[in-house]
Amino acid sequence: MSILEVRDLTMRFGGLHAVDGLGFSVAKDSIHGLIGPNGAGKTTTFNVISGFYRPTSGRIFHEGVEISGLPMEKVADLGIVRTFQHATLFRELSVLENVLIGCYSRRRTGLMDAIFGRWHKQDALLREEAEELLEFFGLAERADFPAGNLPHGLQRALGMAIASAARPSLMLLDEPFTGMNAEETLVMMDLTRRLRERGVSILLVEHDMRAVMGLCDCITVMNFGKLLAQGSPDEIRSHPEVIKAYLGGGHTEA
Amino acid sequence: MLAIVPEAARFRYLLAWTALAVLLCALPLFLSYSQKEILVFTTINVILVVSYRHLTLTGEWSLGHVVMMGCGAYGSALASKQLGLAVPLSMLTGGVCAALVGWLLSYPLFRMKGFYFLIGSFAAGEVIRLLWKRFRDPFGGPKGLKRVPGLEEFEFAGLRIDFFDPVPYYFFSLAVAIVCIWLLWRIERSPLGWSYHAVHWGDDLARSVGIPTRRLRRRAMVTASFFAGISGALLVHYVGTVNPSRFNVEEMVYVLTWAIVGGVATLYGPILGVVSLTIVNEIILREFGLDQWRPLFYGALLIASVLFLPKGLESLVAPARSMLSRLWTRSA
Ligand SMILES: Nc1ncnc2c1ncn2[C@@H]1O[C@H](COP(=O)(O)OP(=O)(O)OP(=O)(O)O)[C@@H](O)[C@H]1O
Ligand SMILES: [Mg+2]
Repeated sequence: MSILEVRDLTMRFGGLHAVDGLGFSVAKDSIHGLIGPNGAGKTTTFNVISGFYRPTSGRIFHEGVEISGLPMEKVADLGIVRTFQHATLFRELSVLENVLIGCYSRRRTGLMDAIFGRWHKQDALLREEAEELLEFFGLAERADFPAGNLPHGLQRALGMAIASAARPSLMLLDEPFTGMNAEETLVMMDLTRRLRERGVSILLVEHDMRAVMGLCDCITVMNFGKLLAQGSPDEIRSHPEVIKAYLGGGHTEA
Repeated sequence: MLAIVPEAARFRYLLAWTALAVLLCALPLFLSYSQKEILVFTTINVILVVSYRHLTLTGEWSLGHVVMMGCGAYGSALASKQLGLAVPLSMLTGGVCAALVGWLLSYPLFRMKGFYFLIGSFAAGEVIRLLWKRFRDPFGGPKGLKRVPGLEEFEFAGLRIDFFDPVPYYFFSLAVAIVCIWLLWRIERSPLGWSYHAVHWGDDLARSVGIPTRRLRRRAMVTASFFAGISGALLVHYVGTVNPSRFNVEEMVYVLTWAIVGGVATLYGPILGVVSLTIVNEIILREFGLDQWRPLFYGALLIASVLFLPKGLESLVAPARSMLSRLWTRSA
């Protein structure tokens, strides 16, 4: 059964069809790539799936449950968490606190809980969990670092750590490897695979073709908001339309 | 040697708090009658400005906060006058009234953010003030309510305590203020408070992991309004009257000035702001008969503080403390 199904999705900004009748589905426990030239509408697709935008039309299902039109916090509650194309962190808070906030979204503290201190036990558990996540993402040594001062690669990792703290069943990663050198990319690819082993399905937007081809089980290609092709990495690599779109779009990273 | 340091630090800590407690208790001894009254008002304003800061934790600055104080004042006055509630109970009722109004207003207001929220909260406040003016029954129109009962006197160990006198009322307000500050501190220092910070520093990021930011903003506003209402209730049962112009924008600008001059990063920042500005105001301006210049003075101070001390008086505390502790170690 697919964990995410997008049907005939359209998102218009004024006259611009950023996403235009797009449909695809993501299989459970897979790493699914969503690629396309600059401006193809990938981030917009993420924004619509995650509830950041309301779609103009079309429907989105998460494990068979319709989520189109729900607000972002609700979608996150249901298990879909996205990361942002531009590193988005609580820059003023420490690395550990950043991840803790991700954890807090699952165990809410009410006003009375706060006043009577009925959160310490649960907080200790969450802290353990957050520390374990930092370990996983290779951030343990920087736990007390202000997040804004992290080097770029680690900021990306922290973004993923915050997202996984919310225990999603599906993570939408928007260009997690940009600005990373080859070595960092390899580390992050490995992390992504291990994340999947933990039972998180992944939908990945990325321009680094080596990473996409190396990671994904299935790839969806879009251009001008529309579905262009879909298939395994090998099929996509040799797909004439895809090659044309990338060359025609002046995009040569592939 | 190393083991001694925290011990000494704790001792210093204890000493500082004791000194503060003694100071607060002994303060009325050194003041004239009118200064004692100002002491009462300052204590009430401390609650107001600390509750204001609680709202700013989520990143929103309101221009309607003194109107929330007014809701508490009117609510408590009416509860004691019309319903005949005992004053301590009516004060709580006042707080609840303000919280309710804050809750209602939060629905339209939190559809806006930043500048729009600021203007929206101002407009909402003016609407409420208009209602007070317009409805003679029960709010008494522009003249407001008079003869609001004071806090009931009571006997304690053969001592009659009369709350018309500023000193007992000061101690009563001080006790209420301490409880209020403690409660707000507990909330701030909990996962709930940390979520407020998250809402402030990364609204979209917080929502993306499932934190309901609008609901949290609303909750902060209701909490802040409750405590503002308590401060209003304390005020109305001391002065015995309440009218709409007591809660106009000018008053709001004072609150803003206290918060900005003191700084809002810490809980003590706004308290520093309100205390130091009150001292400057009462000692300097009043002594020199420059009372009408107060708005000008506050305006100039606000600008100067934004320009020269953008993080507020609170940013001077850490350096001052380390200097003091160096002096202490040298003399010890
Ligand atoms: N909020 C918005 N308002 C108006 N137009 C928008 C908005 N967001 C995106 N667009 C437009 O929609 C189109 C798709 O943008 P989108 O960011 O989804 O592309 P993308 O595939 O993520 O590109 P990139 O690879 O550069 O990140 C672009 O033409 C963009 O200018
Ligand atoms: Mg994009």
